[in-house]
Order: sequence, then structure tokens, then C-alpha cells
Amino acid sequence: MAQKRLGKQTIKLSNPPSMLSAAAVVGPKEGEGPLSQYFDMIQKDDYFGQDSWEKAESKFVEEAVKRAISKSGVSITAIDYMLAGDLLNQIISSSFAARTLQIPFLGVYGACSTMAESLSIGSMIIDGGYADHVICATSSHFSSAERQYRFPLEQGVQRPPFAQWTVTGSGATVLSSTGNGPYITCITTGKVIDFGIKDANNMGAAMAPAAVDTLTAHFKETGRAPGYYDLIVTGDLATIGKEITLELLQKEGLDLKNNYNDCGCMIFDNEKQDTHSGGSGCGCSASVLNGYLYNMLKHGELKRLLFVATGALLSPTSAWQGESIPCIAHAVAIETTLSEVQ
Amino acid sequence: MKTKMSPNEYEKFIKDKMPKPKLLSNAIKAFIVGGLICDVGQFITNWLKGMGLNQEQVSAGTAIIMVFLGAFFTGLGLYDKLGKFAGAGSIVPITGFSNSIVSPAMEFKREGFVFGVGARMFVIAGPVLVYGISTSVLVGIIYFLFFI
Repeated sequence: MAQKRLGKQTIKLSNPPSMLSAAAVVGPKEGEGPLSQYFDMIQKDDYFGQDSWEKAESKFVEEAVKRAISKSGVSITAIDYMLAGDLLNQIISSSFAARTLQIPFLGVYGACSTMAESLSIGSMIIDGGYADHVICATSSHFSSAERQYRFPLEQGVQRPPFAQWTVTGSGATVLSSTGNGPYITCITTGKVIDFGIKDANNMGAAMAPAAVDTLTAHFKETGRAPGYYDLIVTGDLATIGKEITLELLQKEGLDLKNNYNDCGCMIFDNEKQDTHSGGSGCGCSASVLNGYLYNMLKHGELKRLLFVATGALLSPTSAWQGESIPCIAHAVAIETTLSEVQ
Repeated sequence: MKTKMSPNEYEKFIKDKMPKPKLLSNAIKAFIVGGLICDVGQFITNWLKGMGLNQEQVSAGTAIIMVFLGAFFTGLGLYDKLGKFAGAGSIVPITGFSNSIVSPAMEFKREGFVFGVGARMFVIAGPVLVYGISTSVLVGIIYFLFFI
């Protein structure tokens, strides 16, 4: 087996890259949520001064990337790769932003798991010695996602109580071969899991088994217990998915009750903001990680974090054709100190 | 992961974790709002009758005005808020049909008047028209064959 592999799905980075800086840029609704103080920018205009939702989303990516780079103190020309992806067809938000930014660009797609996917690949590139600085980013926009996956905005329809609200926002992280942490230490890459859910409104239930599969693989292959982490967060399972995940984990003999949360449950106040089950979209886990969680790590309030972004790999076409929803989850372990013997 | 579940087993497993839609309160809201929209229609009908139009003209006039109102409040960005509250109460009346045509026309205006507005205007209403017209043709044939 390759030297740095711990198991079928997990790797351990021998030169753990440092999260040099992070930035989260969000829309107005997210800015009214409980995490508002942790975001770098709250854009009051969800059009971001553009004339289409797609261009607006791209602008969110551009802004998050620029802010993360400027916070890192590294010049934009010193960034070796930009790894980004989003929910729009052919990941246009990311590639259009990359057109402006002129950083060597690798587009990635993992639906709402894209933040963890880009961090995973970015870390491997740095650990492999192919880059010193990599920027990882992703985004989503409520209005561009609605028009692609669901109904026109002005259509008078009711959402089911288990529906989720796509986050408008983007998050970006600058990874570096040098720096004082927080470090990315281990990565568990998910398999595509499908338990047969077909209702595209029921994302939490569809994605929960993927999160459980990746979490069980992570704990088994690293030999770590759930208690090793101060906090384990999943991406956008929201209230219903979170409950299902906890119960499925219990079946696997893992108790995460004390240190588990979900970004979809953190970003909105579901009661006050009428977001039903909670947040979703690539921007959900990206803005919570690069806004709130990065802050907690930097201030030492979190020392060991397991970030598990979850994605539903459906397309409007597959949903219309009656296919079930394949899902994925990637886990990234982030630690402020490298206490373990490397 | 050790847990293996068939789609049916998983469906059963998550069933009691899913929040139940509030059927009774939804039905009451739909009844009230749907009823009020029909009241508006009846008011227009009476008004047109009072102006001396015959039955056929009154029916056509009422439909035209109700469709306009549905489109107008969609354009003002109010119909989706009503729909969120009333559900079927504002979807079933003719104003809801109007909303289902105007909302995609507004949404896809950015793609231009041919590939946007023109092509997408009937994405939601299209199936209603296709099966509505098909059914009416079918009923017409049956009527022609057996009743004339």
C-alpha cells in the first residue's frame, strides 16, 4: 500500500498543509442568521450588482477567493492552484470566477460536498510537493439553484416541512505548505452511497447514509474514537438528516451525541427564518467552515475538528427520470496542533 | 458501514422521523383563500352581469379579469407569498394557472425572448394544457360517437 494510506478510504498527510486563511461571503438571509458575526462580508444585494443570478453567484466566489488570499498575505500570483466547484450546470460559477482571477484552475464537482473535496485534493497536491499555496473554494446561490432544480421564484408553491433552504454564499480557504495551522491531518474520501430515496426535497434523508459510511470508515481506518474530536460537523443534512445520522451511527456502535452538529442546522434559525429543515447547498458547509469554524480553530476554542461535507449527486434530468439520489460525503480532519507522532 | 437496508426498509426507518404536513390547518387555509378568490370571481361576474353582458360574455370577461389579476400579483411578487400560505387554495383557481405561466416567463427573461420567455413560459402550465386539451378531444369524440 502507498506509504501515506491508512486504509481503503483514508490517508494521512505526512506534511500536513496549513489553513493559512479563510473567507466566507454570504447573502442577506445568511447575514441575518445566528452566525452573522463570523462572516467576512454580508452582501445585502443578492444580485451582487450583477444582472443574473448565475453571474451573482460567480461574483460571490470571486469575492471569497480574493478576501481569503488578501487575508493570507500571499500575493495572488503566488497561488499555484485554484480548486473550485459549484452546483450550476458545468460549474460555471467557479470557472467564470477563475476566468477573472487567472489562477491555474482545476474544477471539481461533489455537489454540496465540494468544500471537503477541494480541501482533500488541495492538501494532497501540497503534501505531494506540487504546490506551496492552493486556494479551495465553492459556492451556492438560493435563486440560481431554485431555477435549475425546482420552480421559478415567483411560482406560488408550498415547500414540504422537510425541505431545505439553499445557502447563498461562498467560502474559500488558502492552504499552504508552511504555516502555523490549523492543519489538515487526515482525509477520508467517501464512496457513493444510495439508499433509494427519490424525493429531491428530502436531501437530508438521502445523504445521511453517505455521511455515516464515511464516518465509520474514518474512525475504523484512523483508529480514532469519536471523542478524539472536539466537534464533528456534517455539511448540510439539516435537522431531519442529523437525527437520522445519529441513529444510524448508533447502529454502527458509534455515539456522537455530545460532539456532533450539522452546518445546515447552524447557519439559519429555522423557526425565525422559515427555512424548514435547515440550510443546504455547497455554500452552507463552505461558509460555516470558513466563517465560524475557522474562527473557532484560530482562537483555540476548537482544537480538533472533523469536517464532513455531504453531497447529493443528482441532476434535474436524473430526478425527472425517476432515479434515486446517489450521495457522497468526504471527511477532512483539521487540528490546531500536530500532537501525534508524525 | 455494516448497516444494509433496502430502499423499502430505509423508507420505513426514516418514516417516523419525517415531520408531518399540517393537513388540517393547510386545508383550512386553502379553503379560505380559495374561497375568497372565487368570491372575487363571483363579484366580477355579478358586476359584468349588471353592466348588461350576456352569460357567454360574462364568463369570458370574468376569466380574462381573473387571469390578469393572477399575472398582476405575480408581477408584483405577491402571488408566491399567497401561494406559500394557501397552497392549493391559490394554485387551483384560474389565478394560479396564470401564476404558473407568468412566473417562468419572468424567471427566464434573462435568457432572452426566444429561448427564455418563449421557450420556458409553459414549462409548468404546458402539461396542464396538453392533457386538458387531449381529454377534451377524447370526450368530444365519445360524445360524437354515442350521443349524436
